[in-house]
Formats: sequence, C-alpha cells, structure tokens
Amino acid sequence: MSKHINLTLKVWRQKNQKEKGHFETIAAPQISTEMSFLEMLDVVNEKMTTEGKEPIAFDHDCREGICGMCGAVVNGRPHGALKGTTLCQLHMRHFNDGDTIAIEPFRAMAFKVIKDLAVDRSAFDQIIQAGGFISVNAGGAQDANNLPVPQERAELAMDAAQCIGCGACVAACPNASAMLFVSAKVSQFALLPQGRPEAARRALAMVRAMDRLGFGNCGNETECEAECPKGISISNIARLNREFFKASFGSSIK
Amino acid sequence: MLLDGKVPTGPIAEKWDRHRFELKLVNPANKRKYDIIVVGTGLAGGSAAATLAELGYNVKAFCFQDSPRRAHSIAAQGGINAAKNYPNDGDSIWRLFYDTVKGGDFRAREANVYRLAQVSNHIIDHCVAQGIPFARDYGGLLANRSFGGAQVSRTFYARGQTGQQLLLGCYSSLMRQVGAGKVTLLPRREMLDLVIVKGHAKGILVRNLITGELERHGADAVVLATGGYGNVFFLSTNAMGSNVTAAYRAYLKGALFANPCFTQIHPTCIPVHGTYQSKLTLMSESLRNDGRVWVPQKAGDKRPPYQIPENERDYFLERKYPSFGNLVPRDVASRNAKQQCDAGKGVGATGLAVYLDFADAIKRDGRAVIERKYGNLFEMYEKITGEDPYVTPMMIYPAVHYTMGGLWVDYNLMSNIPGLFVIGEANFSDHGANRLGASALMQGLADGYFILPYTIGGYLAGSAKLNPATSSPEFDACERAVQERVNRLLAIKGKRTVDDFHRQLGSIMWDYCGMSRNNAGLEKARGLIQSLRAEFWQNVTVPGDEKDFNQSLERAGRVADFLEFAELMVIDALERQESCGGHFNEAYQTPENEALRDDEKFCHVAAWEYKGTGKAPELHKEPLTFENVHLTQRSYK
Ligand SMILES: Cc1cc2nc3c(=O)[nH]c(=O)nc-3n(C[C@H](O)[C@H](O)[C@H](O)COP(=O)(O)OP(=O)(O)OC[C@H]3O[C@@H](n4cnc5c(N)ncnc54)[C@H](O)[C@@H]3O)c2cc1C
Ligand code: SF4
Ligand code: FES
Repeated sequence: MSKHINLTLKVWRQKNQKEKGHFETIAAPQISTEMSFLEMLDVVNEKMTTEGKEPIAFDHDCREGICGMCGAVVNGRPHGALKGTTLCQLHMRHFNDGDTIAIEPFRAMAFKVIKDLAVDRSAFDQIIQAGGFISVNAGGAQDANNLPVPQERAELAMDAAQCIGCGACVAACPNASAMLFVSAKVSQFALLPQGRPEAARRALAMVRAMDRLGFGNCGNETECEAECPKGISISNIARLNREFFKASFGSSIK
Repeated sequence: MLLDGKVPTGPIAEKWDRHRFELKLVNPANKRKYDIIVVGTGLAGGSAAATLAELGYNVKAFCFQDSPRRAHSIAAQGGINAAKNYPNDGDSIWRLFYDTVKGGDFRAREANVYRLAQVSNHIIDHCVAQGIPFARDYGGLLANRSFGGAQVSRTFYARGQTGQQLLLGCYSSLMRQVGAGKVTLLPRREMLDLVIVKGHAKGILVRNLITGELERHGADAVVLATGGYGNVFFLSTNAMGSNVTAAYRAYLKGALFANPCFTQIHPTCIPVHGTYQSKLTLMSESLRNDGRVWVPQKAGDKRPPYQIPENERDYFLERKYPSFGNLVPRDVASRNAKQQCDAGKGVGATGLAVYLDFADAIKRDGRAVIERKYGNLFEMYEKITGEDPYVTPMMIYPAVHYTMGGLWVDYNLMSNIPGLFVIGEANFSDHGANRLGASALMQGLADGYFILPYTIGGYLAGSAKLNPATSSPEFDACERAVQERVNRLLAIKGKRTVDDFHRQLGSIMWDYCGMSRNNAGLEKARGLIQSLRAEFWQNVTVPGDEKDFNQSLERAGRVADFLEFAELMVIDALERQESCGGHFNEAYQTPENEALRDDEKFCHVAAWEYKGTGKAPELHKEPLTFENVHLTQRSYK
C-alpha cells in the first residue's frame, strides 16, 4: 500500500567536466512509496525549479530498465541496492522514512562527468566500433532457417545479449574494468554460428579498444556481476578469456 | 490540391520490382560524393544510416540520447512480423498485406503496405545474419507466435525484448560503419530546424546538448527518423524524450503533416497510480495470447479477484468476439476496456483497470512455460506494482502507445519537400488508422534496410548536386530564428515548470482527443490548448543557462512544439467526421459500438499544410483506392 516517507538526499553536484563537484544536501519530504527513484528526483527537481534553483541533471529515457541511459551510485551501489534493477525501476518502497540517501554519478577514468549525475559513456560505443558486430551488409543474407541454432545455445546467446550498456559494471569494479560489458557482446556472437568466423578478431579488437580507452584490467573481483541490472554472468568473462587466448596464440591476426 | 502518392502502375505484386528497376541509380564510385543526414537512430534511422553507409554514402547520424543504442525502439517487447509462413499455417505475403490494410481500417496506401509485406522476409534473414538471438524451437529453427489481431503465427521474437535485440543489431551495423569511417556519429544533438535551399532539404540546425552550441550541418539529402509524437499526451508508453520537434519543425518549413489525429491507445498497460507519475509502462500484447481479460459481472464489485467465482466474471472480449477473443486488434480491445470501466465494472483502487489473468494458462502449460515466455514482463510488473502476477491477475488499462499519423510521404518515402525523406514511426505511411502488433518494428526496418536506400538513390541521381556551404544565408536565417526562440524561452522566467504545462496539456488531450472523441469536446480542447499555450509563453520558468547541459531547456522546446502540434491534432480530428481505427468519434458508431467509417467522404489521407502563425492550416487530400482488398466494415466476431 502506498504511504509517504521523508528523505534527505546527499546529491553530487558538478557544474561541468572541468569544475570540481561537491555533495549538496537536499530535503525530499512526502515521497510516495509508489514512486520510482527517478520520479522521486522529478519531484525534487520540480520543487527546485519553482524555487529558482537549477535542478539535478541526470540521464534517463525509457524508464523501463531497457535503454541503459539511467544510472547513479546510490548509497555506494550502482543502481542502488536492489538486485537486478536499474535505477529507473527501483521504487521508493525499498526505502524507509527518515533515510539519508547518497547519490553520485558512475565514476571511472573512462566515464567523465558531464554534469551532476550525467556521465559520458561514449567509450562503450567505441568498444563496439572496434569489433562488436558481425560483418554483414543488408541484402545478402540467406533464408534465416538455413542456419539452425540449437535452442540452448540461442538461449545462452540471448542471456548475454541482454546487456543494456549502462556501465554499472564499470562503476562497480575497483579497477573500472569493462570486462563484463565486453564479454557479453563477445559471448553473444561467439555462441552463434554466424559469429564464429570473426570470433578471434572480435575478442582481440574489443579488448584492445577497452585497454586503449582507459578501462582497467579484470582482477576477478566479481562486483560487476553483483551489480549488473541484467544479470549478465561472469561466466561470459571466462568465455571471453578463452576466445582472447585462442586469438592471441592461435591466429594470424595479431 | 489533390496529393499524388507516386504509386507505380502495374499489378500490386509487381510494382516494387518494376519501380526499383526504373529508379535511377547512383554510380558506385559517385556514392562517396554524397552526404546524407539521418536524424534518429532507432530501428528506422539506425538501419537506414548503416545501410546507406554500406552502399558508400557519407552519413551523419544524429540522436538526442548519449548513444544510438538508446533510441526508443529499444523498448519494443513483443516481436516483429514477417510473412515467412514457417509454421505452415496459411500465411503469405498476400495475407500479411491483407491483414495490415484491414487492421488499419482502410486508411493506408495499398501499394506501400504490399511492399512492406514483401520485404518483411528479408528483414528476418538479415537480422539472423547479424546475430540477433531470436527465440528458437527445439529443432533449432526460428520460433513464431501469434500476436494481436492475427490468426496466423507470424511474429518473431527475442524473449520480451525484441526491440532491444533488433536495435542492437542495427546499432552494431551502424558502429561497424562508424569504425569504417563512413558514418559520423553525432549523439546528444537535438535537431531544432530544417534548412531548405532552393526548395530542397539541404541541412539541419542542431543544438549540442552538452555545450549548448548551435551547429549547422549540410547535406545532399535529409532523412528524418525521429519517431512518434505520443508524448503529446504527457503520459504514454514512449520514452521520456520522444517528441514531435523534428517533424513539427519540418511542418513549419512546408512539409505536410498527415493524419495527425490517428493515435493508438494500447490495451495492456500498467494503470495510472499517482499524479507524480512520469510515464506508463506497457505490458506486451503478447500477454493476450495466454492471459484472459475479465471484469466482475456486477458493477461496483470490489471483492479481490480470487473471491470472485468463475460464473460471476465477464470475459468480455471472449464473449463479444468469439473468433478473435482476447486477440482482437488494439483499438477494439482498448475501447472495450474503457466501456467496461465507464460502466462501473473497472477494478483496482481507481476503478480504471481490468484484469489480465494467467491462472488458466499456468494450469494448462505449467509455470515454467509461462515463465520462459513472459518472465521478464512479469518481473517488470512486479517491480512496478509490488504484486506477483503468477499469483494475482495483472491489472491493465489502455495507454497512449503509438502514432500512426506523421509527415506525409510518397511511395519513395519522400515528403513533399524534395530531398526530405521520412521513415519509421515519424511518417504516416503504412498503418492507416490503426497499427497491428509487431508491425512497427517491421516497418522501421523495412524502410531503413530495404526501401529508403533504393529510393534515395533515385532522388540523388535525378537532381542537380547542390550541397550548399553552411555559411549560406539560409543557414544564417535558420540559426537566427532558433537562437531567438531559445532566448525567449529562457527570458520568460515565469512561475510554472515545463512539466507542469506538459502534464496539463496531456490531460486535455487524453480527455478530449483520446480513446473516444466528440465534436463538442474537440472544440473545447482547441480553446483550452490555445489558452494553455498563451500562458506557457507568459509564465513558464526555464532555469539554467543556454550554453550548458540544460535539460529544462530541452524539455521546454519540446513542450512548446507539442502545444502547437496538439491543436493540429484536434483540427484533424474535427475534420474527420467519421470513426476509423484509433479515431473514434462517438457520433459515428455501429449498433455494436464499433467504429463506423464513411468511405464516401473520408477515404483519403488528410495532409495539412502550415500557413503561418495564427492562420488555419490548409487541408490537402490524397484519395485512397482499394483495388485489392475490398472496403468492408471490420468485424472480429
Ligand atoms: C513500450 C513499447 C513497446 C513496443 N513494442 C512493439 C512491438 O513489440 N512490436 C512492434 O512492431 N512495435 C512495437 N512498438 C512500436 C515501435 O517500438 C516503435 O514504433 C518503433 O520502434 C519506432 O522506431 P523509429 O525508428 O521510428 O523511432 P524511435 O525508435 O523512436 O527513434 C527515434 C530516434 O530519433 C531521435 N530523435 C527524435 N527527435 C530528435 C531530434 N529532434 N533531434 C535529434 N534526434 C531526434 C531519437 O534520439 C531516436 O534516436 C512498441 C512501442 C513501445 C512504446
Ligand atoms: S554488463 Fe550489466 S552492468 Fe555492465 S553495461 Fe551491461 S547491463 Fe550494464
Ligand atoms: S531510463 Fe532506460 S534503463 Fe533506466
């Protein structure tokens, strides 16, 4: 049932990439527990706007947990403490009256703050540009059913393909590594026959891009898996490592 | 003026092939001399941009999100249609064509719809080649399901995340072309105007959403793939940023806006629960394959669902439409839910909901099967409502979902402004007055992968090359106008927030131009919109600076356009004195409360031309002829 709670927010405010940020304390009274976290921020922002203050900048779009645009570190946890949930799908019924909530942007060398909670994740696009695709042009494909894929493989590929590119794994990792993100894409394609021809090149190219863009190395901390809102499994990292080693030792593409 | 859709002659099944042969080609070596702007990176824009680059054109791809992968298409759940007939259940190109024309209540252009059905199969082939993990049967072949309004199983899906998977496929092709240097990616840019030079679309003006700078971009052709305008209702299933700005700005520059009043209200959404609510969440229509829709037979029955015995429930869709049952098209399902609630039989705290019950399906197939089909949807429902749909029936209510109206385009997907192409939900073309489930993804990808890449070549090869310098007077004038508007918005410094205005506009539109309309209500809405718009320009407050990341300013511009566009919707709804598909005027209904068309007077596309501020827009008609599917009253009994 719906009730109302009073909260105190400690929100990271940062004017732009160059200026230094700080925490600002903002009261959030009378918050309905039916609201989503972002709706709570909307309410706070509406009030700040009418008071002539600048509202808190944060990224979001679908508010259905699928576009991957939202995200912030809430009380030290990317997307908040609720497992398997993006920030937009986190509801206020998981908080208590009187709580203080710390809200910060995803932090990583490769993700620069744009303003307040909004960060630049274009490094993810650059990793995909390096090899996160199957090289096929529109128009030339054979009939789709000429290529049967065992159901379990298709399901595993789908598990990996669910990544929404939010960056929580990077924010959660002590080394700010993007291994979970990269491994999800590499696995999706490596598991499917269509993706095999380029599997080696893809793994190498994407891992190299990740290094180049300033993401850290994977130290098997597994925090990424714990914080991933889409349940991407670290078994994908093992698969990526296999592909990567096969590629580095066994192939002519270096 | 009568509009010419430039439909090729000849039998319907041969038109597209013949037209492709007749279109002029751009020599492969010359393609690299052409620059094309694609605004929007959803299924339509993403597929178009990738394919144009594969062909050799230089492409600039724009979106307002931080990455092309976040376009609203990502949220599509249920699936994508194609006429593969893999299940051998009687499907064919002809049947998909027929269903789409009929489902659209005979307000779409036959030739476009036929072509859509024709290319649908190539889409699936290409998507599989891209590595999209569609659902498969035990034998490893592609699985299909039936989807709202179809009696065959022609819908391909990837769990409940079909849009996501298709968009990521498209995005990966696009990223490949970015890597290859053929596409320049310009995310976090919002198109604020269209630049026309010598009558041709030759560029756009965008605001860089990080720095606030206005930027000029010129090209040989401009493609708009900017999605639908459902957010004119404030609450809708669209992503928060979906807007009409790009299309509306093109309209102000002379592009015709077709059938703006055709909006789709989706029957299965999570009901509204509070005034702070920012959006509505769709529960995929695929749920209607296994869920049964019901309300208590007695009005005002407030018992919890499990206390209402079978014989006191009304499975109203199954009762009224025995052959389609819970799978009737969306407009029919939505209107029926509204009727039940209006009659006092609605359930839940607000009385504005009906049940969607899975108890029988779980009993029949077992929980595991239901979980595999709909697991993520059930989870999402539980996250939002805090209730477990495996145990308690879901509650659903209709919500604004899709807009069939859009910029007018001819058979080549070109607007009346030469060089301006419009694809995906942003155009009006294929769905008539009502879109069938799983057909928007098909249309977006058909336009982007297989149609526009041909037809744009015809335009480029057939017109003089003219890629003007962005220092031209046309760009100057455009930038000045955009700058003035931004300044004006920031200078008002009134008392009400942008969202506050948007919410009020939304409730006007929902009440008077929503699921059910009447002339008095529409007239009233027109006045209300005008005064709200006047107040907006006096009393809105937009905090922050211009040369900055300023989300309030972004929203202010979009809402300002919605406030004008809403009136055009109402004008269009008033002009169309009939009911058809999603446009239901209470004065025109059959004795069984179905939409009653007037084919004598309204078998046409209504395309509106902007005539200047304060002046009435001018109506142009494109007559629709039905040579292959006979005009009949739709019946889903
Ligand atoms: C919840 C939901 C579920 C759905 N499920 C299905 C389904 O199962 N099957 C089906 O067939 N259809 C479904 N639909 C409909 C379908 O998803 C959409 O119609 C379709 O994805 C629209 O694609 P698009 O490419 O035309 O536009 P969009 O995906 O909306 O993309 C618009 C693009 O334009 C950009 N843009 C917009 N304005 C500007 C501007 N001014 N400047 C710069 N860029 C701009 C955006 O950044 C974005 O990249 C669903 C819709 C919703 C809301
Ligand atoms: S792996 Fe998970 S946390 Fe990382 S980007 Fe993908 S969805 Fe987000
Ligand atoms: S807003 Fe799209 S995932 Fe949260």
